[in-house]
Amino acid sequence: MKIADKTTSAVSMVKEALEKAKQYEDYHIFVSLNEENALKKAKEIDEKIARGENPGLLAGVPYALKDNFLSEEGNTTASSKILEPFHAPITATAVEKLEKEGAIMLGRVNLDSFAHGSSTENSYFGPTKNSKDKTRVAGGSSGGSAVSVALDIVQFATGTDTGGSIRQPASFNGVYGFKPTYGTISRYGVVAMASSLDCVGFFASDPEDIDLLMTICSGQDPKDQTTLPDFYDQQIGDPRRAIRVMRAGSPGAELGEGAPSDDSWGSTQQDPNTPATSQFAAQKIGIVKDFDKGLSPEIKQAYEQEIETLKEQGYEIVELDMPTLKYALPVYYIIQPAEVASNLSRHDGIRYGFRAENIESLEDIYGKSRSEGFMPENKRRIMIGNFVLSSGFYDAYFLKAAKARTLIIKEYDEAFEKCDFILTPVSPNPAFKLGEKVSDPLSMYMEDVLSVPLNLAGLPGLAFPVGKTADGLDLGLQLVGPRRSDKRLLTFAKELKEQK
Amino acid sequence: MNITREEINHLAELSNFDLESQEKEALSGDLENIIKYISELDSLDTEGVEPTYQVFEMENIWREDEIKAQDADRAALLKTAPELHNKPGVEDYQLKVPKVL
Repeated sequence: MKIADKTTSAVSMVKEALEKAKQYEDYHIFVSLNEENALKKAKEIDEKIARGENPGLLAGVPYALKDNFLSEEGNTTASSKILEPFHAPITATAVEKLEKEGAIMLGRVNLDSFAHGSSTENSYFGPTKNSKDKTRVAGGSSGGSAVSVALDIVQFATGTDTGGSIRQPASFNGVYGFKPTYGTISRYGVVAMASSLDCVGFFASDPEDIDLLMTICSGQDPKDQTTLPDFYDQQIGDPRRAIRVMRAGSPGAELGEGAPSDDSWGSTQQDPNTPATSQFAAQKIGIVKDFDKGLSPEIKQAYEQEIETLKEQGYEIVELDMPTLKYALPVYYIIQPAEVASNLSRHDGIRYGFRAENIESLEDIYGKSRSEGFMPENKRRIMIGNFVLSSGFYDAYFLKAAKARTLIIKEYDEAFEKCDFILTPVSPNPAFKLGEKVSDPLSMYMEDVLSVPLNLAGLPGLAFPVGKTADGLDLGLQLVGPRRSDKRLLTFAKELKEQK
Repeated sequence: MNITREEINHLAELSNFDLESQEKEALSGDLENIIKYISELDSLDTEGVEPTYQVFEMENIWREDEIKAQDADRAALLKTAPELHNKPGVEDYQLKVPKVL
């Protein structure tokens, strides 16, 4: 991370980023620019530096904020009509932590409306274009975040990942995208999509930068009851040394009732952060049998090439039989819409956001505001959610999916007894053409087939770039780890990068 | 399975949507395809399996029952309410809606 200091001013960094943002306007990355505030904050950072004060670990670093994070700077639209006029009275914990370290929000970036989608085409404001080919999609839902980093406008961007919304756009644009263990980063002040799946994470061009962002943003938050007891902070520096600190400090002791003991996590015997060997963060890499079916030839080739490279570097490749994973996509498209239907019922046109005109009754406020305010994909998900939850269908769909989820989690637990990480592609195809899938929701859902399984189990996943197609499109793969192996996963990614 | 006009109306009602008939038509087709796809789950045996509703694995955490200052007070929260008939949507700390009864 390049931070402001005595030789490079924060103002110059912000000005440069603003210029780039305007230069790439036709990619449609930003929903709104935070020009005035950003320059004001940069000036304050420079004054701090001049006075010899500590300007923070991210001093003057401009970043892109996915437009589903609440802050008092600008409107939080979730790229929707229903939240377009919404100016938040609060700030997300993750944003607060970044700003405390001197990071500067350059602007709010585009997403599929309410993060519903895999291409950013479902945005009320129109699609973001792919960083390598403007006729192709950016991926989604965090398309604006991925492209803002890929075009080097900002050094990092925030994202949210419910079923691949960080990893897929990262892989479509040749950058790193990290989805942490469920509960690692506070979701306070983040627009809710599907609460048992949503995670906050980051985009950057280097795993080292993501490690720093995780160190800053992770941690238990009294404002979000679903944050895990701190486990990332205690691992700054050498992860092996940190584990000893963690054990000696016995963090569970101070957490009060309800906190899990270290042993209650996952079924793997090994501490998720204990490196497998004395030298490296991993030794055995799992690959899933039949996961290479249905891949485009270019993704398949990149995947096989990466496996060969790992073998040459001395890693052991373990083939895993995980037959339940093929049910992950239908399970996801039952549980996720059910939670979406519940979460999005709060958008009622009364307390905040858009209200339709020509209102005569209370029912009009709900019905008209929601019908005009939501995109077609939002409506599909809400209606599917209400379908799988409605009486008569609940047992066959929602309950069945919740049971299948148990089996998927079990399958992962067993897999991590045999390997340290699992390597899979992120998506079956590289970035597709704009308009190619948007009118056929099911074909769009199929793009998520390789990214959703880990969300169901709450596992961390990292998308990393592995090369390009003959046409210059980016290719990415993902590494999946056991719960709370986040630090080791990023350390492993750093090792792989150094070996290349 | 076929999604009848009646079922679409019922789902629209559950979802609080006021849909045009053209939109209902399009949604019926989409929903049918999606439901057909998610029904593939039928072939998985889940007999005797406990459901999972969250992956957080924590129990309830108790805290003292005391009022704590929040980030935004009542006035700040009410400021976000949209207008009603071109007039402020809030009066005397209360949200205004059209006549209910």
